[in-house]
Amino acid sequence: MSAPVSDVAVSFEHVSKKFRRGELHDSLRDLVPAMARGLFRRSSAAELRGQEFWALHDVHFEVRRGEAFGIIGHNGAGKSTMLKLLCNIMKPTLGRLHIEGKVSGLLEIGAGFHPDLTGRENVYLNGTILGMTRREIARKFDEIVDFSEIGEFIDTPVKRYSSGMFARLGFSVAAHLEPDVVVIDEVLSVGDYLFQKKSLDKMHSLVETGATVLFVSHNLKSVAELCQRCAVMDHGKVTAVGATDSVLQKYLEESSVRRSGADADVRISRYSVRGPAGPKRTFQSGERAWVDLEVTAQKPVRGLCVGIAVSDETFHGLFGTTTERLGLETFSLEAGESLRVSFGLDMHLARGTYFLGGEVIRRDIQKLYDRWLHAASVVVVDDRDTIGAVELNASADLTRLPATR
Amino acid sequence: MRAYLAELLRYRELLYVFVWRDVKIRYKQSLMGILWAVFMPMIIVAAGVVVKFAFAQVSGKALAATEIASVSVKAVAWAFFVSALRFGTNSLISNANLVTKIYFPKLLFPMAAVLSSLFDFCIAGVAVTALLVAIGVPFGLQVAWVPVLVVILFLVVLGLAGMLAVANLFFRDVKYLVEVIVTFAIFFTPVFYEASLFGKWRHLIMLNPVAPVLEGLTSSVVLNQAPALGWLGYSALVGAVLVTGTLYLFTVLEPRFAENI
Repeated sequence: MSAPVSDVAVSFEHVSKKFRRGELHDSLRDLVPAMARGLFRRSSAAELRGQEFWALHDVHFEVRRGEAFGIIGHNGAGKSTMLKLLCNIMKPTLGRLHIEGKVSGLLEIGAGFHPDLTGRENVYLNGTILGMTRREIARKFDEIVDFSEIGEFIDTPVKRYSSGMFARLGFSVAAHLEPDVVVIDEVLSVGDYLFQKKSLDKMHSLVETGATVLFVSHNLKSVAELCQRCAVMDHGKVTAVGATDSVLQKYLEESSVRRSGADADVRISRYSVRGPAGPKRTFQSGERAWVDLEVTAQKPVRGLCVGIAVSDETFHGLFGTTTERLGLETFSLEAGESLRVSFGLDMHLARGTYFLGGEVIRRDIQKLYDRWLHAASVVVVDDRDTIGAVELNASADLTRLPATR
Repeated sequence: MRAYLAELLRYRELLYVFVWRDVKIRYKQSLMGILWAVFMPMIIVAAGVVVKFAFAQVSGKALAATEIASVSVKAVAWAFFVSALRFGTNSLISNANLVTKIYFPKLLFPMAAVLSSLFDFCIAGVAVTALLVAIGVPFGLQVAWVPVLVVILFLVVLGLAGMLAVANLFFRDVKYLVEVIVTFAIFFTPVFYEASLFGKWRHLIMLNPVAPVLEGLTSSVVLNQAPALGWLGYSALVGAVLVTGTLYLFTVLEPRFAENI
């Protein structure tokens, strides 16, 4: 597994980072007692004390030169902390972090943009902050503006920009850096669909020029598209490292058993998918499928409705509805009572694997009782060769037009 | 510390850009724009002239042109000191977003804050020179001391602002303390009066490292005399110590900025 030393661009060597919950002593009044305590109690960095916790714990992996490496994990898994260590904004409490070459951290789009300055002025400001020289910026200026599609608005103060324009300009500056190692924090999720595509292409070309890219995201789809290898973070620990396909597969399997329910008063007790003649998992595109959910209450609850969701393998939502949206009354359950809801769906999906999920909620007070993101997988088969997630029953005609000259 | 200095040198372009940003945005969307840089110190100058006039009335003497000249010169320098200190103290927390997101030596923030105040000071300086010429102050060769005095004042305020900026990052109490001190410091600094007013206590006033610079400005610009070199040396020493202290503070504490801001 381990590559020769010269091939390693970034290496985390048993890196840990400790934080403290709650407020640090923020005023002088709190400092004095804290210092007095500190004088008498010396503890080593390796142990936790009071309100402390490990934001990162014993993180150990390597990223090879020229590799696109993804880091995925839920909120609070330690991704942001890892980014800050990578960008040298914080130092690890324990362990060592070694980076070969010049690092550019894109932790925020348009870092340092000042609302009162024009787009042009902000390009210079932001570019210098990110480590370019003014001469370098001047040389690439037209390219940056072209890429951002800002056009004549470049001399307007950025406070008058739409949020999309703001983000596009910020991304364009960042995209024209020439770093050895680039650390990206979900910046791909800016702008409209076309700009996102363009950004992703730019990332690809960065990788092709030999830069090492560390891409932190919870958008599995973009990680899968960009990165050859990735790591999964959970509660400050790396739970899996390896080729993106296999790591993602494992991650999804684990997520499929994970249920987020704020309350156990009402739960989804059964979830099944069937065709017209019993249980079924493989459907022809357009065929009707039935999804049965059983919900069971532990306490009397009223105002309930049940929803289902269809997503692709990266949990990108494709379709969702609820009994309430379909015009059914909300219902009540007594303690111990169960209810079955059957949804019928015409699976107008392109071929592929899809995840089905369900939830039981109370709309009026916005309370989520139980949610199952990945309760079942279904496979859709289709003879037609299309791309994308939906089956629109496309047809095509050719008509030759008379020559104009 | 040497490594930190090298980093500062490497990021000198960024310092330039930050100064440019601070100067540019300070007077954006204001009708008078850069004129404020002249106007604000002039208010202090006017206040000083009023005080001097009142003194002259009480003691029954006429108000001498040199008195007005002396107050003007000192008030402009004092205005620079106050604005640089205030702006510098808040420079880290007002850029919190950059402190927590991007790597570069963060001492650039107080440096840029003080330098952009220096820029304003230069503009106000031009206005005061015009005023001095108008009231007929005879400039002599001793004016050559002015750059030296400004450099010393710059060191003192940079050292102070840097330390206070770090303290303010950890404890927000500091910015309130600075406001209070800045408000009252004019009583302990010879801006509207001369240190000699205090007779045998004048040395106590001169312990304030800003005092020798202000007194020096009066003697070199208005009286065409060399400043009191001993006291000036003292100010320069204080400035050097403060700047070294700031550099040390940033070297040691900067890795902890992001998690404590």
